[in-house]
Amino acid sequence: MKDRSIVIGKAVAHALCLLPALGLARMYGNGSLVAQPDPVNYITHFTGNWALWILLADLAITPLRRLPVGAGRQGLNFLVRFRRLVGLYAFFYATLHLLTYVLLFSGYNLSAAISGLEAGRVLEPWHQMQLIWPTIFDDLEKRKFIQVGIAAWVILFLLAATSPRRMLRAIGGKNWQRLHRMVYVAGVLACVHYWWLVKAGVRTPWRVTAVLTILLLIRVGFWMGKRGGAARGLQPIHREGPWREQDSAPGAG
Amino acid sequence: MLLLNKQESEILSSEITPKETYRAFELNRRQLMRGLGSAGVAAGLAAALPRKAQAEVKIDNLVATQYKVPDRATTPEGIAKSYNNFYEFGEEKDDPAKNAHTLVTYPWSVTVEGLVAKPRTFQFGELFHLQPMQQRVYRFRCVEAWSMVIPWDGFPFSELIKAVEPLPDAKFVQFLSLANQKEEILPGGIHWPYSEGLRMDEAMHPLTLLTFGSYGETLANQQGAPVRVIVPWKYGFKSAKSIVKIRFVKHMPPTTWNELASNEYGFYANVNPEVDHPRWSQAHERLLNAYTIFPKVVPTLMFNGYGDQVASMYAGMDLRKNY
Repeated sequence: MKDRSIVIGKAVAHALCLLPALGLARMYGNGSLVAQPDPVNYITHFTGNWALWILLADLAITPLRRLPVGAGRQGLNFLVRFRRLVGLYAFFYATLHLLTYVLLFSGYNLSAAISGLEAGRVLEPWHQMQLIWPTIFDDLEKRKFIQVGIAAWVILFLLAATSPRRMLRAIGGKNWQRLHRMVYVAGVLACVHYWWLVKAGVRTPWRVTAVLTILLLIRVGFWMGKRGGAARGLQPIHREGPWREQDSAPGAG
Repeated sequence: MLLLNKQESEILSSEITPKETYRAFELNRRQLMRGLGSAGVAAGLAAALPRKAQAEVKIDNLVATQYKVPDRATTPEGIAKSYNNFYEFGEEKDDPAKNAHTLVTYPWSVTVEGLVAKPRTFQFGELFHLQPMQQRVYRFRCVEAWSMVIPWDGFPFSELIKAVEPLPDAKFVQFLSLANQKEEILPGGIHWPYSEGLRMDEAMHPLTLLTFGSYGETLANQQGAPVRVIVPWKYGFKSAKSIVKIRFVKHMPPTTWNELASNEYGFYANVNPEVDHPRWSQAHERLLNAYTIFPKVVPTLMFNGYGDQVASMYAGMDLRKNY
């Protein structure tokens, strides 16, 4: 794919990934968010859902680019150049999700923090955080679904922090790739987080779980195919690391 | 207690001219109250009762009571009627308001059976007019750690109990909700019909309200129309909706959420800030009583603030074990 098409493609990808956040901002602006019976619950589910789906979209890039379609041998290989961008948006929504929990769900008095700031008391947000910290700590200590959720966020944070190319160079390609395979762990933890959150008998997380399962099976299939190929003395199809391509970093390839 | 209520009560809506559509309804009600009740009156009354979904109609001659929540603002009606847990119509909070229009609330009857001297089937109209309708504002605490403040319209469930004369062996009351595939979604994973239950003393307690309306109108379908029970010191799931059968039994009846996850939902399910749900704290609740993005998170009260009236029923019980 030509560079110009990549630039356009990236602009489109940015726009698509920002669309949910803009939609939420619009709901805030036009009052339809506050008209929700339980806006906090709505924002929590909204950001959590988008974090999951964008993460799944990110995980789907590797299988998609191996599909034998498109022009020439390269096929859909160009998709790998969107992997970092999409992954960072998954982290973005996961962070919004976490912030919703800390600032809106936990009982943090956000309006007191804001009015304190407006009155010039710069430490007010911190004081409010100290008030709510025991509740959050209690959750972290006792609630399994919060523990796995935080674990998934920490993984995404590490991957986001190591996504610049100079971090790749500093860590080294192999280690970097190993680290970034953790994205699958984050996906699994996020799904477990969802299942542990809903009540027994509720099956809403089945869609994300089904998609994740398919993606993991494809991954296992590639892995077994590669090993089988290596055993017969064949070259793996995509031996060259994608990090050699300009402007893209390796990931869960 | 009931006498006290009546002494302190006053007529709420007698000054309000009934809407045109209520004239027939009211007329029939009066006839029934004068003791002219008959099949013919019941049929006439039926004609005036709501047939369609979202056709909540005003309840006349509501009796005000001392049951108020002075320290908390009442939840806006729009919130109370669009944010519901009613799994028969879907698992999301907005599903019942979207889907419950298919519920047919007329004709409706409630069968009372089991260990009672006078088992009978009440037509909805008979039940509705069994006692004067009171308005009571109660705190409503969901096990999911959100809460509302809702004015319910009904009369003490004990009035129905007296009417059917339970036998000495009757120790529990079981409520069964409608389970009709034609009218409800009834998602898989849950054993329908929805079943809930109370110990006899809990069922007899003056706070336990047989509920026909809210905000001065008959219940919206998504709230469990046409008749439900409200048990304000327990988590919301104990307050069974769209009741079709009431059974007086000797042993503790199976209850839906307890069957699904007994470690999370006990039979008693009394609101208790000290006993956490395994997956979240019950010490606080998100108070949904205003249109705001920054809702108040307030401390949860023991027995939802009704401890002075109900705590004695649980004296000597380990509430950590009997959650």
